[in-house]
Amino acid sequence: MRRSYAWDLGIIVALVLFVAVAGQTIEGVGSPRFWRFVILEVIPVALIALPLALVVITGEIDLSVASVLGLTCTVLGQLWAWGVSSLPLLIVLCLLLGAALGAVNGVFVTVFGLPSLAVTIGTLALYRGLAYVVLGDRAVANYPTTWTRNAIAAIPGLTIPWMILVVVAVAVILGVILHATPIGRGLYAIGNNAEASAFAGISVARTKFWLFVLTGAMSALAGVFWTFRFASARADNATGLELAAVAAVLLGGVSIFGGRGGLVGVLAAVVLLATLRNALQLADVPANALTIVTGSLLIASVVGPNVATQARDALRRRRARTAT
Amino acid sequence: MTALAERPGDTRTRGRVVAQRFFVVRELGIGLALLLLIVITALVNPRFLAAQSIKDLLLGSTILAILATGQAIVVITRNVDLSVGSVLGLSAFAVGTLFVSAPGTPIPVALAMGVALGAACGAVNGLLIAAARVPALVVTLGTLYVFRGIDYTWATGKQVNAADMPAGFLRMGTKAVLGVPVLALFAVVVLVFAGYYLRAFRSGRELYAIGSEPAAARLNGIPVGRRIFGAFVVSGALAGFAGVLYAARFGTLDANAGINSELNVVAAVVVGGVAIFGGSGSVYGAALGAVLLTTIGAALPVLGVSPFWQRAAVGALILAAIGLDRILMARVGERLRVIGGRSVAENAPDQRKGARRA
Repeated sequence: MRRSYAWDLGIIVALVLFVAVAGQTIEGVGSPRFWRFVILEVIPVALIALPLALVVITGEIDLSVASVLGLTCTVLGQLWAWGVSSLPLLIVLCLLLGAALGAVNGVFVTVFGLPSLAVTIGTLALYRGLAYVVLGDRAVANYPTTWTRNAIAAIPGLTIPWMILVVVAVAVILGVILHATPIGRGLYAIGNNAEASAFAGISVARTKFWLFVLTGAMSALAGVFWTFRFASARADNATGLELAAVAAVLLGGVSIFGGRGGLVGVLAAVVLLATLRNALQLADVPANALTIVTGSLLIASVVGPNVATQARDALRRRRARTAT
Repeated sequence: MTALAERPGDTRTRGRVVAQRFFVVRELGIGLALLLLIVITALVNPRFLAAQSIKDLLLGSTILAILATGQAIVVITRNVDLSVGSVLGLSAFAVGTLFVSAPGTPIPVALAMGVALGAACGAVNGLLIAAARVPALVVTLGTLYVFRGIDYTWATGKQVNAADMPAGFLRMGTKAVLGVPVLALFAVVVLVFAGYYLRAFRSGRELYAIGSEPAAARLNGIPVGRRIFGAFVVSGALAGFAGVLYAARFGTLDANAGINSELNVVAAVVVGGVAIFGGSGSVYGAALGAVLLTTIGAALPVLGVSPFWQRAAVGALILAAIGLDRILMARVGERLRVIGGRSVAENAPDQRKGARRA
């Protein structure tokens, strides 16, 4: 576990250093307005990446998250267009939809025993396809301005959107579950060795199933936010966001093989990526070229520790040899 | 049964027969599904079988089929290459730029350059995966961003138009020999070579061994790292090749060529019966999967289904395909156990080998 904390710390230090340097060199970085845009970008990605991290820790993956988001957007838009005008009802229906979509993933993975990578590539196409079936190429955009304004409203006295409090609450709840309860220890156990943890009395299938349900519901919540933030429900909302979420989870120190990682690192990675993107945009680096930074960070985050481990092992072997 | 005991190799052959029959069934299945789709669509609208529409279908499948061939080789080794779409984009733009800056470049040179560029990208992937021992999913997700980013940086504000390309090059993208597009012939050649290599060459068979059990493959003396490296170089080279064909077919190029195509390619491979966790499947199946996915896209409008259903249909197809594989695999496992079990009584040491090789 010690390595995981070191990693969390490393990401946070990288974030602080970057902000310190960029704040001096790039005009506008660190201003209240800057942080507002960073946080607006962080909210949907974090809502997805946090539960996704738990899924990855158990050794599975969910690539359908952005499609769940997109489908939720279109269903929300269609319901509103049909005259459902109660916001709480809409939100509840969306969360139920997301949970159901996640449950479909969960059933395929846990009941039929299919690999989650293949299943969620399938539902990635399926859910995005259904989103197109619901709205086609239309957009629903005529929401009450109070809804769209409230979605991105700032915390009184600050410029930071209040929705970040929801993210923090989710992070705290999931963090406590993961790091301080038997359920959380069970997730690591499943990721390290599913068979052994089944023998140890952990219900592997049921745990994984509910994680997929949770990820689906949270992706739907991100979809509701997305719809109101951009005041637009379209079938192609957040296309490709799944790769950004996975990148954040991995950069946050969660092992793709499961069994390792923590939520602090994941949250820090989401903030780091959003900060980098916004800061470099202010520095007039073309937005699309920034993908180089995202990609290199992702690779470096895994190559670095791997090479370090290999070097340490080699050193230990040599020491053992000289000792004998 | 006594005859069995006298021939120790027999269990192995029978196991192999069962396994081979499975693959034939799997590829026949997808072939049948494709045939069924074409027949039904043609019954609804006979024009679907007109020479022009078949030509369009083949042209449309070509690039996806070539990418799927490379991807299948990688997936068979229990890896995945998500960077193929970005490599395609990079190679396509590089070829376009080559023709702009050196108008007289012969077509084979452009082709070789695209393939070499793709192979270099694949070598970066392979090096990180095989030498630094980083999971392929992570590396290729990263290089997906990096290669695309390089493409964007390079192509910002620039566009290569069809007018910049030599006429002969563009003709290659549209010309047909006996009704079959030249591009599709390229794909067939690639496919046959890859299929033959995987089937007949020792190193080709080793890719399957690596995919079904990497640790056992290593213990058997197979150079796992080198083979995986090779698989990624091939996948990259084929993506580069596909990029050249893309340039020839579409003529107009910006930095978005082949964007978001990686999951389509993986989908084609999975639909084609290549197990996502390696060790089984063939490039023929993957190519059939690519053709099937393309045909669905072309058939739905003809069948009067809104084109908006296309993606959903593809998703349902992927789920059906992996479900079917699961059922078939369970059957094969059952059969192998029966065969293995029978010989346990008579020829215990050989049985283990037989089950493993199958």
